[in-house]
Amino acid sequence: MFKSWLRNTTMATVLALTPLPSFAQDTPQQGGDIIVTYKDDIATLDPAIGYDWVNWSMIKSLYSRLMDYEPGTANLIPSLAETFGVSDDGLTYTFKLRKGVKFTNGREVVASDVKYSIERAVNPKTQGPGAGFFGSIKGYEDVTGGKTTTLEGIAAPDDSTVIFHLSRPDATFLHVLAINFASVVPHEAVEAAGGDFGKKPVGSGTFVLKDWTIGQHLVFERNPDYFVKNMPYIDKFTVEVGQEPLVALLRLQKGEVDIAGDGIPPAKFLEIKNSADGPKMIVDGQQLQTGYITLNTKVKPLDNLKVRQALNMAINKDRITRILNGRATAANQPLPPLMPGYDKSFTGYAYDVEKAKALLAEAGFPTGFETVLYSTNTDPQPRIAQAIQQDLAAVGVKAEVRALAQANVIAAGGTEGEAPMIWSGGMAWIADFPDPSNFYGPILGCSGAVPGGWNWSWYCNQDIDKRAVAADSMSDPAKVAERSATWGKIFTDIMADAPWIPLINERRVVAKSLRMGGADNIYIDPTRVINYDAIYVKQ
Amino acid sequence: MALLILRRLVQTALILLGVAAITFLLLYALPADPARMIAGRSATAQTVANIRRELGLDQPLLVQFWTYLQGIVHGDLGRSYAQKTDVGSLIAARIPATLLLMAAGILVEVVLGLTLGIIAALRRGGAVDRVVMMASFVGVSAPQFVVALLLLYVFAVMLGWFPMSGFGTPAHVVLPAATLGILGAGWYARMVRSAMIDVLNQDYVRTARAKGLSSARIILRHALPNAMLPIIAMIGIDIGQFMGGVVVVEAVYGWPGIGQLAWQAIQQVDIPIIMGVTLVSALAIVLGNLIADIIAPLIDPRIRAR
Repeated sequence: MFKSWLRNTTMATVLALTPLPSFAQDTPQQGGDIIVTYKDDIATLDPAIGYDWVNWSMIKSLYSRLMDYEPGTANLIPSLAETFGVSDDGLTYTFKLRKGVKFTNGREVVASDVKYSIERAVNPKTQGPGAGFFGSIKGYEDVTGGKTTTLEGIAAPDDSTVIFHLSRPDATFLHVLAINFASVVPHEAVEAAGGDFGKKPVGSGTFVLKDWTIGQHLVFERNPDYFVKNMPYIDKFTVEVGQEPLVALLRLQKGEVDIAGDGIPPAKFLEIKNSADGPKMIVDGQQLQTGYITLNTKVKPLDNLKVRQALNMAINKDRITRILNGRATAANQPLPPLMPGYDKSFTGYAYDVEKAKALLAEAGFPTGFETVLYSTNTDPQPRIAQAIQQDLAAVGVKAEVRALAQANVIAAGGTEGEAPMIWSGGMAWIADFPDPSNFYGPILGCSGAVPGGWNWSWYCNQDIDKRAVAADSMSDPAKVAERSATWGKIFTDIMADAPWIPLINERRVVAKSLRMGGADNIYIDPTRVINYDAIYVKQ
Repeated sequence: MALLILRRLVQTALILLGVAAITFLLLYALPADPARMIAGRSATAQTVANIRRELGLDQPLLVQFWTYLQGIVHGDLGRSYAQKTDVGSLIAARIPATLLLMAAGILVEVVLGLTLGIIAALRRGGAVDRVVMMASFVGVSAPQFVVALLLLYVFAVMLGWFPMSGFGTPAHVVLPAATLGILGAGWYARMVRSAMIDVLNQDYVRTARAKGLSSARIILRHALPNAMLPIIAMIGIDIGQFMGGVVVVEAVYGWPGIGQLAWQAIQQVDIPIIMGVTLVSALAIVLGNLIADIIAPLIDPRIRAR
């Protein structure tokens, strides 16, 4: 029997369109053409392949998925799905599709399109980076292993029903169906594009790609047949590429550009911030990101808990936020503040040089020790590594900074006994979806503590691992809050073992013109960066 | 002549093969794993391995190079890692913009360089000569990204005469072409000046003057064509120079040419695009020199006779 958790779509829509408190005074308006700039070309608009923070938000708007999020929040809502249900054992998910939703080529979206799209994202021939997200669907290994191209665990018994059979309970599964890799695409358009679907996208989202002139611009127009009435607000957005961030900012100040997607170059940040209209132009938002130093639990003397705790007290995190011009806040736990499960009351290890020295002496290192700190070699990471090095020196720990290319740092982190300490800046870790489990498995769980893995602390606590598995089996959507709290406790308990020094939560900066309306959290939406569906032009 | 062209074409093929080999080896020695980069953060080791196999990166280097060469022969430059599309079509779509910019840049440097050089030669030793020579020295020495930002700030931001960035109207080409041309103009002014001074001292110029020809006619008909010869050789070489310059200029002005493509590709370690752009640039440089070699004898009978 299914325990149904039905939700009326109209209710969800009303919820999604409810103005957020921070912009309650000016109401969203229909209409307007805007110009957005980026430095780099748009890589691809194929949802099975695109995986950078620029194309991520465009793909979100070109396609639709079974699930989506309320704009500006991490709250899941049904999208292409009208209703869904989860079985008691958490192994079967059943979705009923909305009727009458059409791809922009005119054909109706049916259940077999959902099956096709996910199978395509998992198929190794697609070379998609997102295959691993679908690992809990039955038959996943057979597809990635090349034995077959169809996923046994997805059934489409009729045009409006999709059933997923999982091989293990996966409480993040609804989030998985909301990420870009689960976007629904029409197979005939993929086939007709002949390997170039990324340049000729067809979906059923809020916008349609009208023109793409390579190296110059992309024009997106509103999809008049989008299945939610009065969405999106703007009629059109043109993305101009190849625009230097500095030039884009000058153009924004002159009113030629509405959103400078690359933000504000560090050299100009204070000037803009202190200008008359500055505060209205800067959108400074939190992301689901944590920057941390890994302390390798398999390397001496970092295998000693007291040493790891002492190092946690040795770093002046506020100074590091100043290196980043204040575009970061100090962190004290693995989860970022926007993530469900983040514990506001947790204080972690406060900055205390004397206490750190005392702990080191207690651990048998009264005069400190020598170690190595790895970092990537692109600015500002080496500067941050140097600040860490100075802080460590203040407690007697002499760390040699090794600033290397990203791939080399990742390789060193994934080699057992190799890198004592790694500063994660420029590599890890931004959550792919707003669920706390995304911060555990690969980077703190036993499964990540393997050669080539991302658990660079080589931290493996069997007890915590068991609790993580239990938390991820809580698939009942009604228990979301309980599950988040369980996860939150797991992360603060991990800090007792101190495998990381959580350092900072970086913020993203977007610059927008004065005529653009909408709260900051739809310009830096936690699940899609710029939310083109929700932004609007003030009249 | 036919023999010259044939010989040069064979040389061109050899040079391109050499360039391809060197670039290929250098790029694959880079400490970056393309499969890892394509796969993204959360990819499993298996996904990375799958991608590596699909791209043929698990093959020995020589096999990979051979496959790449076979592709080139068939006009296939491979697929971009970052943009997931055919490199040949990406480059082809951007070549017209770069050609336009280079033509405009050459026009700026030739017109500016010739004018200043002639003026300086005629006023040799005077104040004008010294000012022109000083200015050309600054033009030759100033780094292009500084010139680009300076022109952008003065003429686009402060004065608002030209658009700051982009492509499409004649106004858009002015600042990028000026940035590109200023460097060459400095060289040209200096070369034209010394060549003109040399020619103006020749017997036939004195004869022309003795015949009572106007000085304008003497300079334009008799002196200038002879002073032009080294300039024409320079233009061929300039195409190579410009291939380097367009990278900076296109990046600053948002010009949709292959320089901008190269700039992005380098930052993203998009090896197939870097390879493709390098090969196309090498081809352009070799062709530029070839054209200069073909044109020189047409203008100067002395070379033809040899």
